[in-house]
Amino acid sequence: MNPAIDAPTIEYGTLAPLLIVFGAAIIGVLVEAFAPRYLRKSIHVPLTLLSLAGAFALVLVQVLRGQVSTAPSAMGALAVDGPSLFLWGVILVLSFVCVLLVNDEGHFVASAASVPGSADEEGAESVDNGSGHTEVYPLVLFAVGGMLLFPAANDLLMMFVALEVMSLPLYLLCGLARRRRLLSQEASMKYFLLGAFSSAFFLYGTAMVYGFAGTVSLSGINHALSAGSGLDPLLLIGLSMLGVGLLFKIGAAPFQAWKPDVYQGAPTPITALMASGTLVAAVGAVLRVFWVGLGNLDWDWRPVIWVIAALTMIVGSVLAITQTEIKRMLAYSSVAHAGFLLVGVMATFGTAEQNAVSLKAILFYLAVYGVTTVGAFAVVTLIRDPGGEAGHLSRWAGLGKRAPMLAGTFAFFLLAFAGIPLTSGFFGKYAVFAAAVSSGTQPGDPIGGWMVGLVVVGVIASAVAAFFYVRVIVLMFFSEPAADGPAIAVPSMGTVAVIAVSLLVTVGVGLYPESVLGIANDAASSLFIR
Amino acid sequence: MESEIAQITQHTGGVIGNAWLMIAFPLVGAFILLVFNKLTDRWGHLLGVAMSLASFVVAVLAFFELIGFGASERRRAVELYEFIPNLDLKMGLLIDPLSISFALLITGVGSLIHIYSIGYMAHDEHRRRFFAYLNLFVSAMLLLVLADNYVGLFIGWEGVGLASYLLIGFWQFKPSAAVAAKKAFVVNRVGDFGLLVGMFVIWTTFGTLAFKDLYGKIGEAGASDGVMLAIGLLLLLGACGKSAQLPLQSWLLDAMEGPTPVSALIHAATMVTAGVYLVVRSGAFFFPEGSGAALAVTIVGAATLLAGAIIGCAKDDIKKGLAGSTMSQIGYMMLGAGLGPAGYAFAIGHLITHGFFKADLFLGAGSVMHGMNDEVNMRKYGGLRKFMPITFVTFFIGYLAIIGFPLLSGYFTKDGIIETAVHHAPVLGWLAVLGAGITGFYMSRMVFMTFFGQKRWADDAHPHESPAVMTVPLMVLSLGALGLGAWLVLGGTLYDFLIPSVGGSAAEAPKFNPFTTPGLVTLALVAVGAVFAWMRYGRAEVPAVQPRGSFLTTFARRDLYGDAINESLFMRPGQWLTRLAVFFDNRGIDGLVNGLAAGIGGSSGRLRRIQTGFARTYALSIFIGAALLTGALLLVGTI
Repeated sequence: MNPAIDAPTIEYGTLAPLLIVFGAAIIGVLVEAFAPRYLRKSIHVPLTLLSLAGAFALVLVQVLRGQVSTAPSAMGALAVDGPSLFLWGVILVLSFVCVLLVNDEGHFVASAASVPGSADEEGAESVDNGSGHTEVYPLVLFAVGGMLLFPAANDLLMMFVALEVMSLPLYLLCGLARRRRLLSQEASMKYFLLGAFSSAFFLYGTAMVYGFAGTVSLSGINHALSAGSGLDPLLLIGLSMLGVGLLFKIGAAPFQAWKPDVYQGAPTPITALMASGTLVAAVGAVLRVFWVGLGNLDWDWRPVIWVIAALTMIVGSVLAITQTEIKRMLAYSSVAHAGFLLVGVMATFGTAEQNAVSLKAILFYLAVYGVTTVGAFAVVTLIRDPGGEAGHLSRWAGLGKRAPMLAGTFAFFLLAFAGIPLTSGFFGKYAVFAAAVSSGTQPGDPIGGWMVGLVVVGVIASAVAAFFYVRVIVLMFFSEPAADGPAIAVPSMGTVAVIAVSLLVTVGVGLYPESVLGIANDAASSLFIR
Repeated sequence: MESEIAQITQHTGGVIGNAWLMIAFPLVGAFILLVFNKLTDRWGHLLGVAMSLASFVVAVLAFFELIGFGASERRRAVELYEFIPNLDLKMGLLIDPLSISFALLITGVGSLIHIYSIGYMAHDEHRRRFFAYLNLFVSAMLLLVLADNYVGLFIGWEGVGLASYLLIGFWQFKPSAAVAAKKAFVVNRVGDFGLLVGMFVIWTTFGTLAFKDLYGKIGEAGASDGVMLAIGLLLLLGACGKSAQLPLQSWLLDAMEGPTPVSALIHAATMVTAGVYLVVRSGAFFFPEGSGAALAVTIVGAATLLAGAIIGCAKDDIKKGLAGSTMSQIGYMMLGAGLGPAGYAFAIGHLITHGFFKADLFLGAGSVMHGMNDEVNMRKYGGLRKFMPITFVTFFIGYLAIIGFPLLSGYFTKDGIIETAVHHAPVLGWLAVLGAGITGFYMSRMVFMTFFGQKRWADDAHPHESPAVMTVPLMVLSLGALGLGAWLVLGGTLYDFLIPSVGGSAAEAPKFNPFTTPGLVTLALVAVGAVFAWMRYGRAEVPAVQPRGSFLTTFARRDLYGDAINESLFMRPGQWLTRLAVFFDNRGIDGLVNGLAAGIGGSSGRLRRIQTGFARTYALSIFIGAALLTGALLLVGTI
């Protein structure tokens, strides 16, 4: 007789949003397998959108009923706490609007295997019968499921699984651009190789930390840290390896190299998803690991993160200046923003109130930055040359005269990125910097002065960044349009909705920041489950 | 006396609790008209009118709800939201007798002008855009007067400036209109700067910009007299810019390049009164009776009322003549606003009646232009009363009101200001009497040149009466010009109503008495002016070409050399300064900045080379990064 094994208890109610997304993804795979080709898209689109909306509704239900759990779920593997639910909500909203972009015609190749320049690809371009890649939808759903899992994972193994579930579909999706196949496949390949490389670091770090703590659970590691000396080289090496894996995902310097290449090559809706959803999930995971797992070790990791944050802001802002491709420029801008977010991560130190303030700032920043990013990439999808999107900045010259509404909207998004007042971006940056300063000025922090110094670096980097944002605005509004300028695609209803919603949120939050700040505050006040 | 200012009560619910709707309606209108662009071309003007009327309805309902409270509870603060939480800046509205008076004037006269514009702009292909800007203006102006703090006021202030800029330059294909818009914008910036710096000083001195909190803090010691005077003068600079008072008056005359309803709405009835509002609203804080700041206000007012009247005498362009008179009338209001609670009621009263009769006059002028192929030169008018009877009658009522003909609106309010001024500051008061006499002259001149005498029309002119959509607003406005003054002033109605906002006490309410020396002298001077005008322009032949005129006439025609002074005193030195600055900028600062920029750009170019595009290089950078990270952590960990 085998000894009886206790059935694990699973809190289905709490985990329902996750389960819905994964369930819908699996149904999507079945649809791919069994439904006839002409029906697939009409099944996938409502299925995907409904599952995301449903999951969001369930998140809302948990929040509104005040049922935010205070203990880990699923036998300690997951922690669905206030910040997790907030991040879930943000990720679900962002992925919903990204799916609306995905749904737009003409972004995806008919078959991922079609060789660049081959007759196969030509055929795919000429046949416009909706034969686009319908696997895109379940793949996106799996990626979104991984994103939801990532910041909620409460042990390192679960986090690794989430990392892979999130990344693998994205590797594939990057290679599906319909135009410029070579660039797209190159991006996919690079992302896969480098992603695998960094995942290995993460897994290796997990093993090292297990060697020190005897557990992979974050709270267990924290416990072991407070008991032990904390100076075990095994632990420090493990910490650094974990850091590499996580910082790679948010694109912090010196692990940012993949971002421009991948963002440029990937189909723009997928770029939007990566730049918003992945970043949100990864920053959430960074917070959880560094704060829940390694909170007692902050003497050791904070100086190192200081250097990385400063480096990331500088590299992102400075390199963006010489970019001539709009998506690459936005990629470097995303690097710079990752640096600003790391400033917030640095500020999670000290009292619980200080932590809540910093956490609130980061959550707010993630939400508003994600929305603006999706909006900006949505505009990028509309400016087209015969060979695809008109990526080169010179093609954007004089756009303000040809399409004033679109150019005005894009200009507004850029101002939000730059953090100009009366946009949501201003309050995001302000909140993060203010949290960092208040953390630096509280008594007892030996690196308090350095915190203020980091904010100064951040402000200077913002000024440098403002240059290249405004340069695009100048280009759009104060240059003569090129004679054979790019075509402005007639946007589909979905794309219009995405741009309009992004603009409304960016303006609305800029005028009334308390709307989102309040929610972020509620989410952050419960802190992470330790 | 100031103790009579009522406490501000928090208010929720009801119409007042939803007073933000007043601002929101026209804002939404402007948004829809601008965003949906040509889709709304066919019905856009109707939407604009509807939004303005909706706002008016809310204002009226709020007014009736407000007078339902006892006098001491008529200051209702409505909290909207936290604007910038870290700075403790709340956005809220203050509905009190002062702000509701303005709101009624803005939405009421504003709606009439919206309606009038349907006819006036009927043939303009950009009529929808025009209505969008009008709506934007109404919304911003309401925010200006309803906000319960200086920040909200300033946002409205800037919004009003923007709308004014857009509307003056509405016909931007005319270079003169574009230049006028720019001039208005630049001159206004000077005033805005004063207001802004004034707000900074208030913030650093008192730590708040909310009216409600300021009441408590003004009394406390802490601010020296010098600081208070500085704040007062800075705010006055702001008021001068927006209200076209000396020395920032020069933009108003050029602003007549905008379509006539704009001149009526913005540059006569509402926007230019924002400065008066600012002074009266801040009166209890920074312009207490007898202070240096209040004295400065009265001097500016008296000087402007004379300057405006003199300019008005020499203009042949009917709109510019009216613009001069606007300057002059606002000068009266400023004079009243500097005299403390006794003057506030008359200043606001004159502001309201002026809103009506000046809008009436401007729209009447617009109606004349409409029938005369947009001719503005009065020397080419003459004898129009038979051809435009309704316009003539309404214009004539407005004219009688502005010169202070007994029993019409202007008589009560202007006479009130003059009486109070003679009582408090005799010299300025008698200057105001003189100004009234000049007003009698130049307004009579305008009426005689336009409606009486010989026809001096251009050959292709076929004067005709305007359509009903234009004449009905004229009639409504002229009714206001007829009776509003008596209603507001007799029995101290407005004075009592305003006490909770601006102070004063019911016992000290000034009694209206026309049979005083200044009152009778004023009437006599006005009569002399009118008769003189009749002799020169009614009975005698008016030359069709402007005669050379005396030194004084040239002086007035050139706007008292205001532009020349600005040019030689500010523009040329400014240009020299900019040239000098450009020189140093190129040599010195640019060297630094360009060097820095080149440095960043160069390092960007160099750093860029790391981005080789090879996955192996990227992997190597990750590896090196990981090694450095581990090394650093081990180092930090073992220290």
